[in-house]
Amino acid sequence: MKGLHLVPDETTLNFVGKRYLAFVFSAILIVASIGLVATKGLNFGIDFTGGTVIEIKTPSTPDIGALRADLNGLGLGAISIQEFGAPDDLLIRLPQQQSADDDGSEQKAAIETVRAALDAQFGDEENEEGEAGVDYRRVEFVGPQVGAELKKQGALAVLFSLFGILAYVWFRFEWQFGVASIVALAHDAVLTVGLFALTQMEFNLSTVAAVLMIAGYSINDTVVVFDRIRENLRKFKKMPIGELFNISINDTLSRTLMTSVTTLLALVALYVFGGEVLRGFIYALMFGILIGTYSSVFVAAPLLMFMNIKRSDIDDIGSGGDVVEA
Amino acid sequence: MVQISRWKMIAILFVVFFGFLYAAPNVMSPNARAWSAEHLPAWFPNKTINLGLDLRGGAHLLYDVDVDAVFKEQAELLRSDLSGELRKAKIQRTGLGIINGGVKLTLRDAGDGEEARKILRGLQRDLSITTDGPVIEAVLSEAGRQSVYDQTISQSIEIVRRRIDELGTTEPVIQRQGEDRILIQAPGADSAALQGIIGKTAKLTFHLVAEDATKAGVKNLPSAEQEGLRIPVERRAMLTGDMLTNAQPAFNQGGQPVVTFALDRRGTKRFCDVTKKHTNKPFAIVLDNEVLSAPNINEPICGGRAEISGRFTLQEVNDISILLRAGALPAPMKVVEERTVGPSLGADSVAAGKIAALIGLAGVLVFMGLTYGSFGLFANVALVSNVALMFAILSSLQATLTLPGIAGIVLTIGMAVDANVLIFERIREELRAGRSPISAIDAGYSRAMSTIIDSNLTTLIAAIILFSFGTGPIKGFAVTLGVGIVTSFFTAIMVTRLMVVTWLWRKKPSNNLPI
Repeated sequence: MKGLHLVPDETTLNFVGKRYLAFVFSAILIVASIGLVATKGLNFGIDFTGGTVIEIKTPSTPDIGALRADLNGLGLGAISIQEFGAPDDLLIRLPQQQSADDDGSEQKAAIETVRAALDAQFGDEENEEGEAGVDYRRVEFVGPQVGAELKKQGALAVLFSLFGILAYVWFRFEWQFGVASIVALAHDAVLTVGLFALTQMEFNLSTVAAVLMIAGYSINDTVVVFDRIRENLRKFKKMPIGELFNISINDTLSRTLMTSVTTLLALVALYVFGGEVLRGFIYALMFGILIGTYSSVFVAAPLLMFMNIKRSDIDDIGSGGDVVEA
Repeated sequence: MVQISRWKMIAILFVVFFGFLYAAPNVMSPNARAWSAEHLPAWFPNKTINLGLDLRGGAHLLYDVDVDAVFKEQAELLRSDLSGELRKAKIQRTGLGIINGGVKLTLRDAGDGEEARKILRGLQRDLSITTDGPVIEAVLSEAGRQSVYDQTISQSIEIVRRRIDELGTTEPVIQRQGEDRILIQAPGADSAALQGIIGKTAKLTFHLVAEDATKAGVKNLPSAEQEGLRIPVERRAMLTGDMLTNAQPAFNQGGQPVVTFALDRRGTKRFCDVTKKHTNKPFAIVLDNEVLSAPNINEPICGGRAEISGRFTLQEVNDISILLRAGALPAPMKVVEERTVGPSLGADSVAAGKIAALIGLAGVLVFMGLTYGSFGLFANVALVSNVALMFAILSSLQATLTLPGIAGIVLTIGMAVDANVLIFERIREELRAGRSPISAIDAGYSRAMSTIIDSNLTTLIAAIILFSFGTGPIKGFAVTLGVGIVTSFFTAIMVTRLMVVTWLWRKKPSNNLPI
């Protein structure tokens, strides 16, 4: 039995010929992303801003509008309520409470006030299983100081992973490869952040983790293409560079797509069945995988060509697997 | 390359076998695990993955310890001791005040400097003393500050542990985080109850009630019994909480909940003396700067036992007893981060994670089978072995599985086949280039290798950085991802090669491969 081929065997798509189109496309997306972050900003979650989130399951389907009005009448600032995956599952956000002596007691008191109001409303009701009252599924409180620290940690993590990956690629490849792959990676990270500005989805600690993961995936994809370009540079001594790049990308295309498809399959399963808590994280990852696949083909490789890589830049005593057959 | 030595074959099978064996407890029912723990030899694996707080429900609390309060207290103490010693030594001063982390002394006669410094050094170690004419500043040295930090935090942890143990919470994690923070993770605990017990400093003191509220050495404290009322008490305590040996909730004759306590020998004597001297006068029982009650001393109390009455509920009496038994915190603490997950959300997350993992796995298996035929099936066996190995390693490391950790497992399932995809695509290419099946397989494995190493290492770098910078659940994601990369490297290369080689040896295909 012969397997299915995602990409026909003799595919010769002219990726390199479309590189200016791809550059323009990517440039527009990057400018749009930066513009969105600058104008609309990111919807930072409590991980970074400090504040409180309470997730509850109510015994009956609540009237969110009325509940919102009730809670906002408590004098605790603007309280937002949204449905979280199911009509009786609510996410309640309390703003950071102003505090004279910064001991967090106002915040705790605010949580208690909201709980009392919710208990008063739903305390006597029973759900279908006969359990009375509100089910407090989650309470998260982050103080302003911790929020600031987490923000710093998140930024550091992104910086360090960029440097770590850069160092590795630098060590493993020639500098042109390193620069091109880092640009592609930054491209993916910026677009992902731009997506969060566009959709105003909550940007929290897991989003940072997702961005890092996307960086890892993007570089992974790029490295596979670069490995092949380097191999072909050693193998075809006379071929024009444009043609050589095209062959390399086409050679690895079916692997690039296969791995993206299996990874996306797993992510779609998580997105659909993995529960509401993970959804933002998975959404970011799915977007990142698509962008990462695009960038390794349309950004990283053309960029490498743009930097005028020559055969003489490649040292011939590469790893054993790449030696031209005798 | 197409051959595989016998010992290598055995080693691969051995690893996979133990992978499944060590992963098995995770899919066994509690009853089956209990049976195997009882009837099978002790080396037989029986550990399962630890579920994180977000999956089993529980409270994650981060407290900030106000160590500055200890510095202030120590400086206060140093000042009053120094004041006494100077008087004794007949050294005259024009000023004595508290500065950040120590005291500032201004002498009338700069010639007393030597003597004053000697006294200071005798009073407290680790002081760094600077002299400028008649002005002497004594503050804690860097080493001294550090040891105060260390001591305060370790004492606080000890007290917190005792309090939580009293609540009967199972397997709490209580550890220092950074310089002045304490992290508490208590599975299954009710966060509100936990905070009620942990956040209280529980500094208990007994003071005489002062007759003149404006006199020096008197402070006015709020009453717990009556809102708005302030009771003047002598600043000096006649008894402190560390003299208590026991405290229990009880009821008095009137049926009111009270706390009974017992004193150590020193406390008994002190209490006896004071109550003898001040019979028929009121004294105040003060907990964390609040007067619980101010009863009258009806008669001398010399038995070393007494009770604290007040307007208490049964719950309050219980809490106060626990706090008094466990002792006072050396410094006030406040919550700076809380993440509490109820048991229902945890259970839902586990169920959702299981379904997502199974469906994701099934999707990848089908897709690989369709794409690569028999070779796809080899990759699928490797993928399933990979999942087993991941669970085996996570179980034996007793790693904590969080919800993002589950995402890491599922993501690994999707990415783990990458190595096989690289190899198989390479084999297809080599076949197209006209190589014989055996030579194509050989070239496929060897040529894809450096790419596989590169792509795995870059993802591993991301995982390691996530692990070192991430907190809580994100760390869980990094752990499963990292473990998954390592195990998939083994299964995708070794396990599939074992199967491919065996298959080649049996079928001996001459011109075509089912790929």
